[in-house]
Amino acid sequence: MARGRFLFFLIILCSFSLTAQSKLDSIQHLDEVKIVASKRPYATVIPAQTLQGKALESLNSHSVADAIRYFSGVQLKDYGGVGGVKTIDIRSMGSNHMGVFYDGIQLGNAQNGQIDLGKFSLDNIEGISLYNGQKSDIFQSAKDFGSAGTIYLNTRRPRFEGNKKHNLRAIFRTGSFGLINPSLLWEYKLSDNVNLSTSIEYTSATGKYKFRYKKNFSDGTLAWDTTATRLNGDIYALRAEIGVFGQINNGQWNIKAYYYDSEKGIPGAIVNNVWKSAQRQWDRNFFAQGSFRKKFSKVYDFKINAKYARDYMRYNNPDTTLMYIDNKFWQQELYISAVNKFNILPSWEANIAIDYQWNYLDATLSQFAYPTRNTILMAAATAYQWNGLKVQASVLGSFINDHSSTENSSGQRVEKNQTNNYFTPALFLSYQPFRLYDFSLRTFYKRIFRMPTFNDLFYTDMGNASLRPEYATQYNIGAYYSISLSESIIENFKITADAYYNLVDDKIIAVPKGTGQYRWMMMNIGKVKIKGIDVTASARFKLPCSVLLNANLNYTYQQALDYTDQDDNGDGGSYKGVIAYIPRHSGSLIIGGQYKNWELNYSFIYVGERYLSSANIIENREQPWYTHDISGAYSFRIKDLQLRLSLEVNNLFNQQYDVIRNYPMPGRNYKAILKIDI
Amino acid sequence: MRIIIKIFILSLLISLYSCREDDIIYIPEKVNVATPEYTSINGFYLLNEGNMGMNKCTLDYYDYAKGEYTRNIYGNANPSIPKELGDVGNDIAIYGSKMYAVINTSNKVEVMNAVDATRIGQIDIPNCRYIKFHKGFAYITSYAGPVDINNEHKQIGYVAKVDTATLEIVDKCLVGYQPDGIEIVDNRIYVANSGGYLVPNYENTISVIDINSFTEIKKVEIALNLSILAADTNGYLWIASRGDYKDVNSRLYCYDVRKERIEKNFDIAVSNMALDGDSLYIIGNQWNETTQSTTTNYAIVDITKKEIVSTNFISDGTEASIIRPYGIIINPITKDILLSDAKSYVTPGILYCFDKKGVRKWNVRTGDIPAHFVFLGNNKNN
Repeated sequence: MARGRFLFFLIILCSFSLTAQSKLDSIQHLDEVKIVASKRPYATVIPAQTLQGKALESLNSHSVADAIRYFSGVQLKDYGGVGGVKTIDIRSMGSNHMGVFYDGIQLGNAQNGQIDLGKFSLDNIEGISLYNGQKSDIFQSAKDFGSAGTIYLNTRRPRFEGNKKHNLRAIFRTGSFGLINPSLLWEYKLSDNVNLSTSIEYTSATGKYKFRYKKNFSDGTLAWDTTATRLNGDIYALRAEIGVFGQINNGQWNIKAYYYDSEKGIPGAIVNNVWKSAQRQWDRNFFAQGSFRKKFSKVYDFKINAKYARDYMRYNNPDTTLMYIDNKFWQQELYISAVNKFNILPSWEANIAIDYQWNYLDATLSQFAYPTRNTILMAAATAYQWNGLKVQASVLGSFINDHSSTENSSGQRVEKNQTNNYFTPALFLSYQPFRLYDFSLRTFYKRIFRMPTFNDLFYTDMGNASLRPEYATQYNIGAYYSISLSESIIENFKITADAYYNLVDDKIIAVPKGTGQYRWMMMNIGKVKIKGIDVTASARFKLPCSVLLNANLNYTYQQALDYTDQDDNGDGGSYKGVIAYIPRHSGSLIIGGQYKNWELNYSFIYVGERYLSSANIIENREQPWYTHDISGAYSFRIKDLQLRLSLEVNNLFNQQYDVIRNYPMPGRNYKAILKIDI
Repeated sequence: MRIIIKIFILSLLISLYSCREDDIIYIPEKVNVATPEYTSINGFYLLNEGNMGMNKCTLDYYDYAKGEYTRNIYGNANPSIPKELGDVGNDIAIYGSKMYAVINTSNKVEVMNAVDATRIGQIDIPNCRYIKFHKGFAYITSYAGPVDINNEHKQIGYVAKVDTATLEIVDKCLVGYQPDGIEIVDNRIYVANSGGYLVPNYENTISVIDINSFTEIKKVEIALNLSILAADTNGYLWIASRGDYKDVNSRLYCYDVRKERIEKNFDIAVSNMALDGDSLYIIGNQWNETTQSTTTNYAIVDITKKEIVSTNFISDGTEASIIRPYGIIINPITKDILLSDAKSYVTPGILYCFDKKGVRKWNVRTGDIPAHFVFLGNNKNN
């Protein structure tokens, strides 16, 4: 706490001294620069779901994961609290099928495939986009073709108004859970074509909150009721980023470095007689990445991406009532990608991309396999446009070599090499039948796989070195309609609807093994069929008295059924049961209003009834949950300072709920945010 | 505009479609599974372990006189207890009028009235495992002894001695690492040390405790990673070794407690075993690292001849539909075999009842990971 406060004062101090030095010109309006308009010529066949600018800023979200909850088709697994694990599952295919790209380069975790979205701050992110299938824009690396669903996090690119050379933004958040969260973003114009951006953020929270469990008799009288405090949910985290962005003739480049350091408690399951846990986790993540892009001629575009990442993770269980664990993991990743696009005709483009990646995992586990993975990805894609028809076809070739070194019973190291090749296709189509209406039909097919992670393959005792990849096949058909009315209260209205069918086969799941208790191994036996409908609608209203109103609605219907074991179809069987934690109905609503300097935002999330296992019996049923969040903001100026003060109330009706059983979520909670732009 | 109003109405409807209700105390499900039987055994309890962190340890009861199986009775019998029975059941036993359920990760032994499973109290023992009784005292193994922080945080196990009248822990006796099964023969307590947390350096001993002084006399080397024990009336201790799940197979050992030596060992995997008369019923799942598969056996060892007399006590082919045999007990009067299938561990299991010839009489759905049995009534074996 003391450290956090000190840092905050330091940041405030810095920001004032910088103001004094830079003596900004008196720019009266320093509005957020709109980035929506910059439509690139190679527009995607199927547009993304996007949150950006004001819409993103006004959401009551602490992390990227919180914001992604508002996308249609997405389920968030949330274990509660500020530092709690949050993973995203798109269209029920499992979180390992989701690719997350940070400024155009994929974030990796060869160890367990999970990207902790809590490590990325919304403070320096200006847009989040979600694509089903893939970004259907062919000028991209082979990795962009390599996931069943993809999220792009785009950080803020420096922009300077007028003669400004600096932009400075300081944000301070505080509120429930003992949260102290200052951040600072500083952008500097090095030259006309080269900009620098740095960002630093500190988070500290006790993570404490009250939760309540209770049960009634069937006649409504109280059976038991207990309230306790969630403990061991504290977090200390520091994030620092620096980036340089450059413009060249017909191209651009950027390099950036990212560092994250955190220590957090892992709040465990609340079970009978156990109300707190003691497990802790330390993370240190570093990566440096660069990207260069240039249009060399009318017919040829070139892009190169490169990255080096180093991750450290330590997990410690000091709880003497459980097995003592103190494991450390070190991961390294090296990645390089070259993308070549050929504009054969104005309406016809082709792309060849080649990526190479190297991963290595080291750990303090006994009998560890020290795995190395070399991956070469080659993607060939083509896009064609004819009147209202847009077509994109791609094929991805994956050439993967895994090397491991395991110890046999006589203590000798046995080296193993395994090489596999896979080819997976995708096809995207969209058709705009009417010239006068912004109406289009779209469809896609994609088959892709995810590799078994190093944990799946080699985790001591549990891993299974003979695992095959897990496949996801997607079929999607949908429509898009948008209308803009200049003379009406409704400025703009947009609606999309998609129906999809996904098949996940050779799904890697843990199955019991051998003689002992709780011994598991990973096997390729799972099979899930998912049918779903995603609907999104948004409208922009211009009401009298200069009141602006934005409304966003998302609804998802899903039927994700377990087809793993057709013999398990009896009483309480799992065959054709709804898979764990996937609701049939889910949705969200966001309404944001603006009047002069005032903003009011309301958001609602609904997740319907779920089951915690494919055995859909009443004991496994989980109640629906829904939260109402509300926030208000006021923007004002003090001399050259542009300030924005906002207050949030989350879970307004104080609903006591679990997203994952025995992991209680916070009730009503508050946050105050002060943002200063110079 | 109308379409937007429609959308808002729709969204309102969705939000009202299914709202949260109160969580209700679970009303046990009763299933009629068999024709009534009238013997001096009234019924049996089945303790379902439930997976760690799920708080799904549940208690089922079978009533022989009604032929009726009742699932998940604890919550209804004890509606004022928050979070019900707890997390991961590991053993269950009846002594006198009380029933004791060892709830491993809830760090307690739940003490109930044997007739109706209403709660009497609890004994707090962290990481508790198995229980046995002797002359008014309960003896419970626990993994959670003192931690040696200078030696890789190794944690020695102990046996807790509990006065069954007061439910107070009166003494503790340190044994080996991660002690599991416990038996009492001729005023000596035998404890199987597993060393399960020391992978790959498992324990290979049983600890022998003098019951009067309640001190460990010695450790006897048997085999790797010992799990459960069964004492017969001839002075032999039947000991199961889990092996190392890789190169060393699971085996059964016969230890002569008077001559203090291993009498014989059997190349047979033991996941669980139940003794009835001269027959030791064994179910085993042997993991083969080379073929990456599990083989299952249902064997009978004749404990006087000390020979495997059957390698499959199921005679009607039902074993083909059993995925993971997990718990077993023999009705000492009717000789019916009660065998549970834990299936995938994450979905409900199945309890099978076979007659003494190994022909299925009935089966019923249980809770998650059905594992431990205790008979209620007289002339019971345990």
